Amino acid sequence: MTTRTIKVGALARVEGEGALKVTIRDGKVKHAELNIFEPPRFFEGFMQGRAFTEAPDITARICGICPVAYQMSAVHAMEAAIGVEITPEIRALRRLLYCGEWIESHGLHVYMLHAPDFLGYPGAIELANDEPEIVKRGLAMKKAGNQTVATVGGREIHPVNIKVGGFYKAPSKEVLNGLAEKLKEGRDIALETVRWVAGFDFPDVERDYEFVSLSHPHEYPFNEGRIVSNRGLDIDATAYHDHFEEFHMPQSTALHSRIKGRGFYFCGPMARYNLNFSKLPAVAKEIAKEVGLGPACNNPYQSIIIRSIELVFAFDEALRIINDYDEPAMPAVPAVPRAGVGHAATEAPRGMLYHRYQLAVDGSIEQATIIPPTSQNQATIEEDLTTFIPQWLDMNNDDLRWRCEQTVRNYDPCISCATHFLKLDIDRG
Amino acid sequence: MVDNRKNPKLAVWKFASCDGCQLSLLDCEDEILAVAGAVEIAMFLEATRTELDGPYDISLVEGSITTAHDAERIQEIRRQSNVLITIGACATSGGIQALRNFRDVKDFVNVVYARPDYIDTLETSTPIADHVPVDFELRGCPIDKRQLLELLAATLAGRKPAIPNHSVCVECKQKGTVCVMVAKGTPCLGPVTHAGCGAICPSVDRGCYGCFGPMESPNVDSLRPWLTDLGMDQHALNRVYSTFNVNAEPFRAESQRS
Repeated sequence: MTTRTIKVGALARVEGEGALKVTIRDGKVKHAELNIFEPPRFFEGFMQGRAFTEAPDITARICGICPVAYQMSAVHAMEAAIGVEITPEIRALRRLLYCGEWIESHGLHVYMLHAPDFLGYPGAIELANDEPEIVKRGLAMKKAGNQTVATVGGREIHPVNIKVGGFYKAPSKEVLNGLAEKLKEGRDIALETVRWVAGFDFPDVERDYEFVSLSHPHEYPFNEGRIVSNRGLDIDATAYHDHFEEFHMPQSTALHSRIKGRGFYFCGPMARYNLNFSKLPAVAKEIAKEVGLGPACNNPYQSIIIRSIELVFAFDEALRIINDYDEPAMPAVPAVPRAGVGHAATEAPRGMLYHRYQLAVDGSIEQATIIPPTSQNQATIEEDLTTFIPQWLDMNNDDLRWRCEQTVRNYDPCISCATHFLKLDIDRG
Repeated sequence: MVDNRKNPKLAVWKFASCDGCQLSLLDCEDEILAVAGAVEIAMFLEATRTELDGPYDISLVEGSITTAHDAERIQEIRRQSNVLITIGACATSGGIQALRNFRDVKDFVNVVYARPDYIDTLETSTPIADHVPVDFELRGCPIDKRQLLELLAATLAGRKPAIPNHSVCVECKQKGTVCVMVAKGTPCLGPVTHAGCGAICPSVDRGCYGCFGPMESPNVDSLRPWLTDLGMDQHALNRVYSTFNVNAEPFRAESQRS
């Protein structure tokens, strides 16, 4: 019996600290495990007893890459708990803020974290030595996303302008119009990006996934919608725990999510695209057609094309919102505490982010549950490794290790997020 | 093409944190390639697979110490680093995860994890400077990227960084932002909070919530009656100091005052 072990001691170009171990026995992948050694920080624990108004600022600190997602899931869950309805103007501004975060996060992932895998560079800094114009293009796009978050949210990382009920201060039409020029340039770069990444060499693999994302009747999803799948799931966020469960796999030490009675699933850009293609604006559908990507895609390595198409969407949507924008009469709806339970799922750049809060009559938090996208995808990542790696066993160890890393990076995992909710067995041996 | 071999070696390290402060370096979209040209990036896992052995000329350290393993790891990083700079509230004060320092950590483990026996963690979350000597502490949750660039430029040039120690109030005055506490009666931690953010909260009609931690010699005793007069009871006062810099004195003492 021959045994080959591929180990990646510390995964690069992911957010947070993780490791990978793939054990191969007699030409078969016996075991694939994405290890999390990021230390736990206990957010759900210390949310207890805090005021409901503190959730957006505190949960933002779970992730420096996608703080807006945490803030959005938190404010929507709190508003559900206390029975507040936001105005259409506030809703539009939140979508604009989310556009900014998708652009910043997808721009980072496409250019700096994922593209180097396809081009054989250790990272974007090294890529920039040979292809400075390409990296500068990606940075310009990412900057437009950060400027959007800073304009609406007050700061790029851990925005300060978000509260339960809306915003502390709404941006003026003039300020947003100034942003529009950058966003138009960004949309052009995003289109160029789709053409660029579509020309990469993709492993020819597919799997039959269950995709899960939000779905809204008229819009590509950000903050609102039912939780749906390509296998018939169609539920409100309030029913999340009736349909999803988290459990411990015997061969793994981390918490996994699955759909009750069915199995693992896939959330994130690929899921959103497969489930919501018809809601994309014409410009995004046209570029998908131009590069030959249909409304369905089951090759996770092509997620970089889908992320790029979502960049086109996010720029286009941001421009639409700014064009239609009227400064709201009130930046926020009053948020009066009451006892209650609130649920919300929103679409973080890397997938669905679920929050649930139980509040006491004074608005203090009695219980908090947060389920981030990376912990939902973890089992699917491990299944991808088990399924795909056997065909590449003739690769040398270095190349195979790199391919395994790339397979993990397909999901843009955010281990900083996932860790605080994963069960860990840290073997220091 | 820049010859990187002669450039100072820069390493970026992560401990318990959200990754936001090291992301600030990648968020310097206009400058990151110039920075990369002036240094040799020897270790920056969030950005590259490249991993070069030490010693390192400059180490940027994000995150707090929360595990026995990390307490050992920082010792080795210090040994390998000529200049060690901590970036952000986790590294400089212990971060929001330092809330565990005021409770039995088992209470939190039991709330979050169904199998508490799997969790290997210290009773406390502590700043890097509690473990090793630190050459410069850059404040903020998150840090300000312009300050990070100034600090890197100054360190590379061997000069003192132009990073002021005054309060957020001075930044409001510099920007011409009307005081939210005086004009609108909004409670604000600006008078006791370290500058660096650019007074962004008062700019959006909100009081400062102290994410840059205490300024040098803050007068919390003077601020307390102001906040009380604006309607904050003792519980609210405890809470407002119980956030991202709760482990930094005197925020720590204010968070526990009864």
